Amino acid sequence: MSNGLPIALGYLPVAITFGILGRQAGLSVAAVTGMSAWVYAGASQFLAVKMIASGAGFFQIILATLILNFRHFLMSTVLARKIEVSANKAAALSYWVTDETFVLASVHARPGGLSALGFFTMAVLAYLAWVSGSFAGGMFADLIPVRIVDGMGIGLYALFIALLIPSARKHWQFALVAALSALTAWGLSRLAPGLSEGWTLIAATLGVSALGTLLPDAESEP
Amino acid sequence: MIWLLAGMFLVTYIPRLVPFLFARQLDLPPWVQKWLKFFPYAALGALIFPGILTAVPGRPALAAGAGILAAVSALFIRNITVIVVLAIAAVLLLQNIGIP
Repeated sequence: MSNGLPIALGYLPVAITFGILGRQAGLSVAAVTGMSAWVYAGASQFLAVKMIASGAGFFQIILATLILNFRHFLMSTVLARKIEVSANKAAALSYWVTDETFVLASVHARPGGLSALGFFTMAVLAYLAWVSGSFAGGMFADLIPVRIVDGMGIGLYALFIALLIPSARKHWQFALVAALSALTAWGLSRLAPGLSEGWTLIAATLGVSALGTLLPDAESEP
Repeated sequence: MIWLLAGMFLVTYIPRLVPFLFARQLDLPPWVQKWLKFFPYAALGALIFPGILTAVPGRPALAAGAGILAAVSALFIRNITVIVVLAIAAVLLLQNIGIP
């Protein structure tokens, strides 16, 4: 089980950016830090800040958050079947399911599953990076070199690519599914620009994975 | 603000939690299990593209180039942290030349 360092590295600049944008939208340092600590779902936090700045109402923001974050339902479904834990611990672990912890845990885990402790240590490091980065961005918004933080935004994409390549090389089925899913997400973003990122991800994941079930099995299961 | 955060917390946490309470014991038919097996890879594809084109604000080619560098590095390097650092370093170094 790999540790959370690559996720933490990827989160840090994004969290700092979130802190800066949150302050620009009029939130306090406590509010941006609190949102990261309580909600802990990057894309929805950026959306909420944007909506707050444009004067959206309480229920509009809650609904948008639900829609954007519902994709975690799919991710938890996969992880719940891979991580061996009691119901109590599951309640705690599930809090740390994000796009990044999900892909790292499900793709990078050794065959045969994944320990609760392994997921926990990885996820907590990622969480600390997200919360402390948001605090730093909010606290020191004026001092932070935005260009450098912007440039570091590539980190999470490098993480996703680094996770995908080894599996894609081992099993062409995974490579094909990932490529078709990317094309689907791109197509949806072009054809239905109103569709939220969350639904795009859900539609591409459910739809293209279903096509994947038609592919012949890999000789050795991952 | 506290109520907004509490509301956002609830609607985010519940979808994360529910499968951990129910999906574990379910005896799923083989085709559903196979379907689930592809989720991470489909999610990865959709997370990478087209989002990577806006990873570095206003610099789609630079971001795509760093993505290709990460992909090539991943052929030789197993350590994910190293690949993340390489991609970030490449963008920071090349940010000052005129790649769009």
